[in-house]
Amino acid sequence: MMLEVRGLEAFYGDFQALFGVDLVVDAGERVALVGANGAGKSTLLRSIAGTRRSRPEAIVFAGRPIGGLPPAEVARLGIALVPEGRRLFPSLTVEENLRAGTLGGRTGAWTLDRVYALFPILREKRNAPSTSLSGGQQQMCAIGRALMANPRLLLCDEISLGLSPAVVKQVYAALDEVCAGGLAVVLVEQDVELARASTERVVCLLHGRVTLGGRSRELERETISRAYFGV
Amino acid sequence: MVSLDTIVQGVLLGGLFALFALGLAVIYGVMKLINIAHGDFIVLGAYLALGISGATHRSPFVVLPIVVVVFMLFGYVLQRTILNRTLGRDILVPLVVTYGISVVIQNVLLQTTSADSRSLKVGSIETASVALPGGIAIGWLPLLTLATALAATLLLEWIFNRTRLGIAFRAASDDRETANLMGIDDLRLYGYATAIALGVVALASLFMGIKFEFTPDIGPSFLLYAFEAVVIGGLGSFWGTFAGGIVLGVAQAIGFAINPGLGILLGHLVFLAVLVLRPRGLVPRSASA
Repeated sequence: MMLEVRGLEAFYGDFQALFGVDLVVDAGERVALVGANGAGKSTLLRSIAGTRRSRPEAIVFAGRPIGGLPPAEVARLGIALVPEGRRLFPSLTVEENLRAGTLGGRTGAWTLDRVYALFPILREKRNAPSTSLSGGQQQMCAIGRALMANPRLLLCDEISLGLSPAVVKQVYAALDEVCAGGLAVVLVEQDVELARASTERVVCLLHGRVTLGGRSRELERETISRAYFGV
Repeated sequence: MVSLDTIVQGVLLGGLFALFALGLAVIYGVMKLINIAHGDFIVLGAYLALGISGATHRSPFVVLPIVVVVFMLFGYVLQRTILNRTLGRDILVPLVVTYGISVVIQNVLLQTTSADSRSLKVGSIETASVALPGGIAIGWLPLLTLATALAATLLLEWIFNRTRLGIAFRAASDDRETANLMGIDDLRLYGYATAIALGVVALASLFMGIKFEFTPDIGPSFLLYAFEAVVIGGLGSFWGTFAGGIVLGVAQAIGFAINPGLGILLGHLVFLAVLVLRPRGLVPRSASA
């Protein structure tokens, strides 16, 4: 397996956000994290990406405990996060934002040309300030920036948030194309149907605990609903 | 009263202020760290140039590359060992720590070099000038200072806009946490930024030391000029900082032409006027626009 999370706990001060969460992701596998607001989905992604420190052995990536590593080192090992709210660098142009993704020094199949082929609009706007992009274009830029790091595992935090249905479709279609290359993906998605349709496995979190996990195709809608709301 | 000559001399003086200000702008721009010891670094560099120049019997111009390299290393080590520990939510910590560094530098210099005023001697170029029509004389040294400030501005613009390091600087300045997610080691990056800043400070040291008589305690007044130039210029680009230096220089020159007691004051007044009328400077940072 590529990523193994075992008994992960996370705290914000006295508040415990994660209670012994387990998660396994195989190479090339796509996993959706679903759950209500405050269930701990983003916390889980941020812990994996290293912006929150954990016990070193709580997160093992490619056989290596990474829970205690700073985020820059985690990134250089091949984990890229598309953060919630996109978080593009406002004083950088579109192309500079994409190039910022390469600063960890990983090389591979993803280049500027390939990202531009995936999202042609970004090529058109390459020299525009990233702040001038529409929401959907910003999301494409954020995904492109993560791909430029040539990750082995891509973490996507609510990439459909605030986008029109047509743009969401476009972004997820691009993600399918990306995954054809064997990239593993963990994505947080509010839209359960969309999450099921675009992944192989669904994991449901509730109040910081995993309440359900299974094949996306096999899970019944009601089963997910029960795990989602805890009823 | 305000002749063309006054303006020209002001621009030339402004070149020195621009050189003072660039290092401060680099450190503030990348880390939001206001280096209170900036002026003392300028003075320290002048004493270092004086020492090396005296020991090797070479002109300060010849030993300048050594001073630049020593200062860049000093900047990197200082950032990695001390200044990185001061960065965080509280902006007071770096202010207090760099103020402490300022006190230490002044007193170490006082202990080791005495309070006598010194200056760097570079021979006949100090007073050589070229005469222009209209009775304007341009000193070679101020001209060289201005040219150096221009070159330093160009170099910084190139680094920040055309290199990977520059993208990393700007990304980390925008959003440190997201920069980390890109695999950028921010603490090392800050080391590079301070190294570059102190390399420019070493240039400022040389020209300051030739132009002024300096003593160990004179640094804070240079900090003030540098700070004013940065604020006047805004944080949008190093050209803004350069322009800020020029504006300050011209303001002082005009003040001096009106009344010798008025020069410094008019500089401060222009600074205050910019602060009131255009608080984000001549070239504001576009990111937050």
